[in-house]
Amino acid sequence: MFGSPLLVGVIRKAKARLQGRRGARILQPYADIWKLLLKEAVVSENTSWIFRFTPYLLATTMLLSALIVPVLTTHAALGFMGNIIVLMYLFLLGVFFLALAGLDAGSAFGGMGSSREVALAALAEPTVLIAIFGIALRAGTTSLDGIITRFAAEPLLMLNAGHLLAFFAFFIVALAENGRLPVDNPATHLELTMIHEAMILEYSGRYLALVEWAAGMKLFLFLTLLANLFFPWGVALTNTPVALLGAFFALAVKLALFAAAIALVETSVAKLRLFRVPELLAGSFTVALLAVVTAFFIR
Amino acid sequence: MASLFGYILKTPVVTESVKPDNDTQIEIIVRQIDERARKHFGRSLHIRQVDAGSCNGCELEIGALNSPYYDLERFGMHFVASPRHADCLLVTGPVTRNMADPLKRTYDATPAPKIVVAVGDCAHDCGVFANGYGVAGPVSSILPVDAVVRGCPPTPRQILLGIFAALEKQP
Amino acid sequence: MSIDSTLMVDLFLVTFACFGAGAAGALITARSPALTRLVANGCALVGAIAAGALAVAGLAGGNMTFNVPDLLPIGGAAFGVDRLSAFFVAVIALGAIPTALYAIGYTRQYAGKHSLAGMGFGFNIFVAAMMLVPLARNVLTFLALWELMSLASYFLVITEHEHEETLRAGWVYLVMTHAGFAALLIGFLLLARATDTMDFSGWNAAAANLDPTSRNLIFILLALGFGSKAGIIPLHVWLPRAHPAAPSHVSALMSGVMIKLGVYGLVRVAFDWLGTGPVWWGGTMLIVGAVSAVLGVLYALVEHDLKRLLAYHSVENIGIILLGLGAGMLFQAHGLEALAALALIAALYHTLNHAAFKSLLFMGAGAVVHATHTRNMEELGGLIKRMPQTAAFFLVGSVAIAALPPFNGFISEWLTFQSLLLSFQISAHTVNLIFALGVAALALTSGLAAACFVKAFGITFLALPRSEHAALAREVEWTMRAPMALLAFACLALGVAPSLILAPLEAAVFDLMGAHADMKFDWSMVVANDNFGWVAPLWIALGLAGFLMAIPLGLRLIGANKRRRYYETWGCGRALQTARFEYTATAFANPFKRVFALLYRPVKQLDIEFHPESRYFVRTIAYYNEGRLIFEDALYRPLLRMIEAVAHAARVLQSGNVHGYLVYILVALVALLVLAV
Repeated sequence: MFGSPLLVGVIRKAKARLQGRRGARILQPYADIWKLLLKEAVVSENTSWIFRFTPYLLATTMLLSALIVPVLTTHAALGFMGNIIVLMYLFLLGVFFLALAGLDAGSAFGGMGSSREVALAALAEPTVLIAIFGIALRAGTTSLDGIITRFAAEPLLMLNAGHLLAFFAFFIVALAENGRLPVDNPATHLELTMIHEAMILEYSGRYLALVEWAAGMKLFLFLTLLANLFFPWGVALTNTPVALLGAFFALAVKLALFAAAIALVETSVAKLRLFRVPELLAGSFTVALLAVVTAFFIR
Repeated sequence: MASLFGYILKTPVVTESVKPDNDTQIEIIVRQIDERARKHFGRSLHIRQVDAGSCNGCELEIGALNSPYYDLERFGMHFVASPRHADCLLVTGPVTRNMADPLKRTYDATPAPKIVVAVGDCAHDCGVFANGYGVAGPVSSILPVDAVVRGCPPTPRQILLGIFAALEKQP
Repeated sequence: MSIDSTLMVDLFLVTFACFGAGAAGALITARSPALTRLVANGCALVGAIAAGALAVAGLAGGNMTFNVPDLLPIGGAAFGVDRLSAFFVAVIALGAIPTALYAIGYTRQYAGKHSLAGMGFGFNIFVAAMMLVPLARNVLTFLALWELMSLASYFLVITEHEHEETLRAGWVYLVMTHAGFAALLIGFLLLARATDTMDFSGWNAAAANLDPTSRNLIFILLALGFGSKAGIIPLHVWLPRAHPAAPSHVSALMSGVMIKLGVYGLVRVAFDWLGTGPVWWGGTMLIVGAVSAVLGVLYALVEHDLKRLLAYHSVENIGIILLGLGAGMLFQAHGLEALAALALIAALYHTLNHAAFKSLLFMGAGAVVHATHTRNMEELGGLIKRMPQTAAFFLVGSVAIAALPPFNGFISEWLTFQSLLLSFQISAHTVNLIFALGVAALALTSGLAAACFVKAFGITFLALPRSEHAALAREVEWTMRAPMALLAFACLALGVAPSLILAPLEAAVFDLMGAHADMKFDWSMVVANDNFGWVAPLWIALGLAGFLMAIPLGLRLIGANKRRRYYETWGCGRALQTARFEYTATAFANPFKRVFALLYRPVKQLDIEFHPESRYFVRTIAYYNEGRLIFEDALYRPLLRMIEAVAHAARVLQSGNVHGYLVYILVALVALLVLAV
């Protein structure tokens, strides 16, 4: 919960260094969110209660998801609430209301952002679930705790092409769902190229703080899922302080590596045309389907 | 792509440091925000640039602020697309008649606390366009301006120092 | 707990009597429209409640049979209640009770223009026939009631017969439903002949002795017949025409409840009457379900007629139900009874949920149409401020149909996912691939459904009104809001406490299949297959609610700025801010039209009218971007042309010559005698 702005900061710093400049401090996103909290909120007259409700709902779903995803240990605090499918649908709940809020202000930008965002979210869903199918096949369960425990105990299960394919597909979906290049440029100023940013153009003050924080959380959770599901070494199997500390460092290292990977990807590719993105997602879907098929054939 | 990364690895970080200058033409006109806001803006400032009819000379200089040499982001400042996300309005141009009303609306759409920095001779007193038929007046006649950076156009370093002056921040 | 059988027979007769009274009362009080509305719909309401009570008794384990020996030929009229029938009666009651209450207020707008007595009469007959169909226990009873239901709904659909569109819609509906009826008739008669009994109870045992060819043939016929009523692709063409054309309370019933009777028939065919079938039955069902689900929602996405959008969504949800059914049949064919039971429970649960939220959505749409006199979303907007309660209920329905927690759609889709994912226990590669594609289809559908309802709710209710009508809308009366509130509450309850329904469902499926489902559940949690996956819906709802309240409190504690200032929408400093700047429904659906252009084959048309004196000035620009209906063009039109060609050729038989006709009669008589002997 408190680490997600740090992750965003690290990615921005890495990109800045790759661009040959010093870049902001890695703690910058914290300063941004804190400053937003002390600004007033300007709300459009056209909006309804949904506009003001959405940031709270978004933050709520992210908090709940954070407690369901096993971050440091194999027993997530609220892991009994649901399995990985529940997690994906909680994310979708957030996207649903954010899209509604984008339409609420009655501006063309918001509507455009909503339309594109739900289109891409819908197209990314099959890839996510097929990738989950592939992982669940090998691990024998769809519960997050169970998958991690199983893979940590039997690392040889992960040593096949299907696992790698599933990882690749999941990584592309992570880029798409979090609005990263090549799907969406998080630093763009051109409204016509925005997807996620366009929906939040009307938000200000504490609402914007919540929305930005929630977006950072989503990235954090996706990368944690990638790290813990596919590379479960270092996850604490017991609750001793030593194990927890070790898990903390392991996670930090893994997330730093992913952040560097994302910065590299964002620096080397240009944003795809909007109507090319479905091709990318279809490609990742095919990769995920291949992962499932190999799981069935190599048994 | 290999050549891209080869180039990246060969090029060092080229950001220059900003030193204060004595002959800068910066003027503080009003103070709109309180101490607490000033402290927070010192760490994180989101800027929305408004072109109120300028010749784009100032815009080129402002654009250079994002380059690796001047690197605005290292001070925690960041350009944003929507005034709703902004704390500071960077206004250029003699305010033309057509842009007077949109400029006011942009200011009203920005949440408080906020500051306004006017950039360029045109923003200060209409510059070479003074008394023209299409000009409504300098920025200070429409918005309460915290700081004015004179010059035609002012260098990116001067613009940076102007923003710092509005925040009473040391570079 | 043992339910007294006579109590159930009493409830049964009370239900009958109420609907009869409603029908008769509607005709009697024809002079006074207000009284007609009250009597007809009130009696229907009481009858539906009685039927609901009967259903609850049946689900708790009561049994009942009721025969009227000489009412119909070959076996008389036979009715009986078992758990599955009781469940479907419960589904119908869940749809009918709110709808009857809703109709009291809704039909007021028809007073003076159309016959309220006729509507009341038809409504009572329709609901009564629907209630009795699951209770029918022999062929003729079933078919008679089925036909009665179709005819009653036809007359209700063409209520607004002054519109050309409505009459055409009714005609398509009539033809399709009778084509389905013909398939059912042939299928039933073949099955009755092969098993030597017209009684449903005898078929299960005798099914094992049927030879495979006739079994397959019967399965195909019955599946086509029931499928056309359910609205699977490609037999769905009547749905998007008939449901929007009918008055909204009738649409709610048709879409929420009547098509479930097609599902009832499919469940009976697949799991009861024909025994365990070969693998290709389940595989076909799953593929048809997947195709219906994806195509249904894709068609819904590009619609801007609010009710037609909802009708296409019914096609999608039937597809999801069929996914569960197909999965169940495949599991059963491979001998995995526990998983089959799980899949069947998922499908049946979704049936109930769909009845709840689809009726809610149609009632909401009816309220919107009532207030604004238009179904076109491009003319709506801003209704959340003028009709706040309707908007809130419609939002609940939208979140539920998009299968988002904490509402009921999420639980049934979760169950369907679990049963599809558990298919790895089968070791046949083709089947595994079909299941994987099923998972992908279900995921795509749920994402697209969420997108579609962002559009439906967002364009209709949010931002600024796009027309005079929308700007002047007023909230509807309490008799229309109360049933929506009831169903919204039901959606939440079914989502938060699924164990209420899962217990009787499991018992029903056990009666049908003889196997317990591979899952455990208690008041707070549902676990599938002993650790394969679990969900705790009540805790999720509590977690959401808890954090929703905690976050603003937390913000206040850390001293966040509480001020909120209202100002115009950011339009880049533009002086004018009207509804014309909003996003339109067509624009919202544009990404989908581009991505799935192969399916929609959109037809773009741009008409520009220039100023007469100079081409530099434009007067109007009209932009059309319609999708074409490929099923109608590719499948139905050639079929219709063929039929027309055959009919044209057969015209020579109608010579007008009496002697020729006498020869025909003689030939037919001789042929019948030869065949009978």
